[in-house]
Order: sequence, then C-alpha cells, then structure tokens
Amino acid sequence: MSELQTGRRTVTLGTPDPALPPGATHENYMINFGPQHPAAHGVLRLVLELDGEVIERVDPHIGLLHRGTEKLIETKTYLQALPYMDRLDYCSPMSMEHSYVLAIEKLLGLEVPPRGQWLRVLWAELMRVSNHILNTTTHAMDVGALTPILWLFAERERIYDFSEAVSGARMHAAWFRPGGVHRDMPDGLAGEIRAFAERLPKALDDMMDLVGGNRIFKQRNVDIGRIAARDAIAWGFSGPCLRASGLPWDLRKAQPYETYAEVEFDVPVGRNGDCYDRFLVRVEEMRQSVRIIHQALDRLEKLEGEPVSSGDRKVVPPRRGEMKRSMEALIHHFKLYTEGFHVPAGEVYVATESPKGEFGIHLVADGTNRPYRCHIRATGMAHLQAMDFLCRGHMLADAPAVLGSLDIVFGEVDR
Amino acid sequence: MAAHLPAVPVPAGLAERAASLLEPHLIETRDAAGELTLLVAREGVAEVLARLRDAPDLALEQLVDISGVDWPDRPDRFEVNYHLLSLRHNFRLRVKLTTDEVTPVPSVVGLFPVAGWYEREVFDMFGVLFEGNPDLRRILTDYGFEGHPFRKDFPLSGHVELRYSEVEQRIVREPVLLRQDFRNFDFLSPWEGMLPGDEKASP
Repeated sequence: MSELQTGRRTVTLGTPDPALPPGATHENYMINFGPQHPAAHGVLRLVLELDGEVIERVDPHIGLLHRGTEKLIETKTYLQALPYMDRLDYCSPMSMEHSYVLAIEKLLGLEVPPRGQWLRVLWAELMRVSNHILNTTTHAMDVGALTPILWLFAERERIYDFSEAVSGARMHAAWFRPGGVHRDMPDGLAGEIRAFAERLPKALDDMMDLVGGNRIFKQRNVDIGRIAARDAIAWGFSGPCLRASGLPWDLRKAQPYETYAEVEFDVPVGRNGDCYDRFLVRVEEMRQSVRIIHQALDRLEKLEGEPVSSGDRKVVPPRRGEMKRSMEALIHHFKLYTEGFHVPAGEVYVATESPKGEFGIHLVADGTNRPYRCHIRATGMAHLQAMDFLCRGHMLADAPAVLGSLDIVFGEVDR
Repeated sequence: MAAHLPAVPVPAGLAERAASLLEPHLIETRDAAGELTLLVAREGVAEVLARLRDAPDLALEQLVDISGVDWPDRPDRFEVNYHLLSLRHNFRLRVKLTTDEVTPVPSVVGLFPVAGWYEREVFDMFGVLFEGNPDLRRILTDYGFEGHPFRKDFPLSGHVELRYSEVEQRIVREPVLLRQDFRNFDFLSPWEGMLPGDEKASP
C-alpha cells in the first residue's frame, strides 16, 4: 500500500472502500476551471480539488489580466490617469472614476457645483443598473436561463447609447473629472433617460417572471454559497454581497457623498446570504436606482443651465469657446494639458458604493503633478478570495453559480 | 472640506481612546484630511488590530484593504497601510507601519481571513514579507515572475517580454527591447505651481 498526498487529504491507495466494487480505490483529483471558460466571467483560473463531484478546495489563480494600472498611474498626471479607472470595472466605468475624482477633490479641497453632483449621482445609478443587468442576466445564463440576457441587454444597450451621447464613448467615458463632470448632457438626453427609467421596471418584471420563481433557477441558487453576516464581514464583503447576508450597510446611506443624503431610496437586504438572495438584492437595487434616477432628473431640470464643474481654472480647464476670446483661458488650457494641476502632499482613502460594493482609492500625493501612489481597493478581490469558503462541500456545478452571484470583473480584480 | 465628499464621521476622542488602548505599540497619531492614522510598531500590528477589533466601543471589525507604499529614500522604505472600517459605529481608521526588504511583518490572517490575499499582493508587488501567512505566493504577476514591480526602482517596462516563437513552437522570454525609449517628460515648471515663493499660485 502506498500513501498519496493530494492537497490536504491523505488517501491510502489500495484500501478497500465499501462503496466501490472490490479491488477499486479512489482519490481526489484536481481540475482546472478556466482561464478560458465562458462561466469564469473573464480570465480566471480556478484550481478545484474534487472528491467525486464534491469540491474539497478552491484555489483561484488571478492576475491573468494584470496590467499594472497602479504603476502606470504613477507615471501620468492626475488627469491622464483618469481613463485607467474606466478600464478597471469596465461594466460600470463611471463608478470607478467616481472614487478617484473624489480622492483628488479631497486632497485639493475642491467644491463641485450642485448640477455636477446631481449628474454624477444620475450616472452612478445608470452604471449600477448597467452593471446589475449584466450580472443578473449572465448569472441566470450560467445556470441555464438564456432568455433574460437577450431581453435585458436590449435595455442595457440604451445605457451605452446615453454614455456615448454624454461623453462620446460607449464604455470608457472619462466623463467624471476632478471638479465635476466633463460637460453637460446634450439637449433631449434627460427625456430619453426618463423614458428608459420608466420602461425598465417592466423589463425587470419580465425577467423575474421567467427566473424569479423558476424551479430550476431556485434549485441552482437557493442555499448555494451561503455566508453569514459575521463571516461576510470577516471576508471583507461589501455591497450587494454583504447586504444579501442581512446587513443593511450601504455607503450611500452610511457615509453619503454627492447628493445622496437628499435622495430617497431604500436599501434592500437579503436574509440567507445565498446565491439566490444576492441575485434578488441586485434586482431590487435596480428598482431603487430607477427611483434615484427619477429624483436626479427632477433636480437636474431645476438646475438647468447651471455649471457642471468647478470654476477653479487652476484645476478645471476652460471651454473651447472661452479660449477663443481670453488669453488667460488659453494659458490655463495649455498649462493644464501639459503640466497638469498640482495636488498638495498628503494621503486619503476615499470609498464609494460602486455597483459591486466598496470601491476605494488610497491616494498618496507628494505635491507634484503626478500621484505618488494610487492603490485601488478592488471589491471583487475580497469576494473572489471567499470562493474557497463558499464552495467547500458544494458540487462542481455550483461553482459557476457562486462565481456568478459574486459579480466578479477581472479588470478590477487584477488591475 | 468640500461638502460632496463621503461624510465619514470621526468619533470624538478617538485618538485618545486609541492611544490608551494600544499603549506600548503606538508610535504616533496623525490626523490629516479628516482621516486618523495610527503609526504603530511593526511587531505589534496583530495585537493592535485585534484590540481595535475587539474593543466594543470601536469594533473595527472589517479589514477593508492593505496597501503598500514605497519610499526608497527612507531607512524603512516600505509603508504598509491597513484600512479598517467599523460597520457598527460607522467610522474608518488607518493603521500604518514601516518595514524594509528583509524584516518580516506579522501576518493578520488569523484575525481577518481577507488579509490572506491582501498580504500576498503587497508581497508580490513590493516584496514585503509577512510572517505567519500560510500561503505567501505571488498573486497578480505571472508564474515565474522575478522582482517586485511596484517598487520605485523597478522600471515601468519591466525586464522581460514574452513572444511566441515560430521556430521553437513555444512562448519564449526575452529581455525587453524598446524600439523607442520610454518618453517620460518632466512637465514640472520651475517657476510656477506650488513651489515656495510662488506668488501667482497663492490665492
């Protein structure tokens, strides 16, 4: 008889197992899930140790999309580094910019005019809807429901259209700027967004009719990947994943930024902390986002024509029309796009409630025109680390369901 | 502070409370930009985080993030920042320590399981060693990567590049060959900006 060490378990080869036919033995085996697996939501390699079909251990290998964003940011001016943020969580690009611009504004002590704040709130919520549509529908697809993604992606496409209308880019908008937003929304866009917000609850109802009470969907998700609130805190959970475990913790409520303190919305909370609750929390969050979008549009109507970004010309570049008439504006423009603005030395940690959870920026400035260090607190990294905790003892087929419910995007996890 | 920033409350008397709680380990307390930073002795960090977590009036029970910073000119060149969050009392706190390339930092994986990957990341990027982390492998860089890329003395382009060799029918690693030098323009003008004696910049 020989001993074989597989992972943590020692299997004695050749010992008779009453469950097996005489002469047969068994041992654990390892399989690779990814890095080119459609349910891995990107380039994730999961090394799974299986006992039959039961998962004994999960070892996620990340970093296949590592681009050294934090190092690249150190070589750019503050404004040039902004578009790197879009490329983190590319499902909600403007939410990524949000923490970064707030960190800069905190160091600069820069104010943002009300219209700029409301525009940021509006777009942060549109990004939340966009992100949650992507996550809930692909999650449903991973467990076998193909229709929601086909229905809701038609709506999601509209958000890309809005993004293109407002910034010129469908995904990588670079529209949140230090001091406000880059430019105001074009005429008529507010009406289109309102029509979209009125349409969306119906589309969500349609999806919930299909999968919400569906027996197969529930069998694949209810009681799968459960995590209690205490464990969720210890594993660094935030956002919908934490709320699904029963904690009403939302940075928009607890530590309100922009104009979230004036907005009326509810924080949906789950009870069981399983995949199904995480799914339901996200669907309900989209409905709450619709409420916020309506309120933001109402307020924006009243603030029509007001400035969307700070008038501090040492940080915010002038508009082109102004440059045609003013030498001072021309000089400011030139200086801001070559040297950039200087940020006083210091360090801040600023976190916002991105669609996935707490997205934080730890910005260390040394007084020059470039960040000395910009650490990105990626939400998905903490969630993905808990895969081992969540999957142990589950079947192999549950791994994609758990992964889908955690809402992982590798641009952000790998940075 | 600008009104639109996240309203993170700072409990009254937090600095004094932390000072009495963390007695032998606390070196310095900094309060800047509305954020409290505790500089602690390296050896005591696990003890510090445990006390901060278990004190019922602080209850800093979530380790949000660990981030490293490299200051090559300092004797202890690496800073390790632990960002803590109290969900019960709704405030944040930063615990900071310093270390160099060879002195290990006690791991806090036993206190916060989430620290496992965060410590691996700081190890991977800066080469800071964490004593007691059961799985201190590289995490973000490639299999077989050499060096610690977020150190300030590590070049942006790296040292090796990969390509597929038709001849050898496999991926080969070669030293980086830049057809054009990396252009790193210094736009800092000597007479404007936030330099001392600059009358134009002051309001």
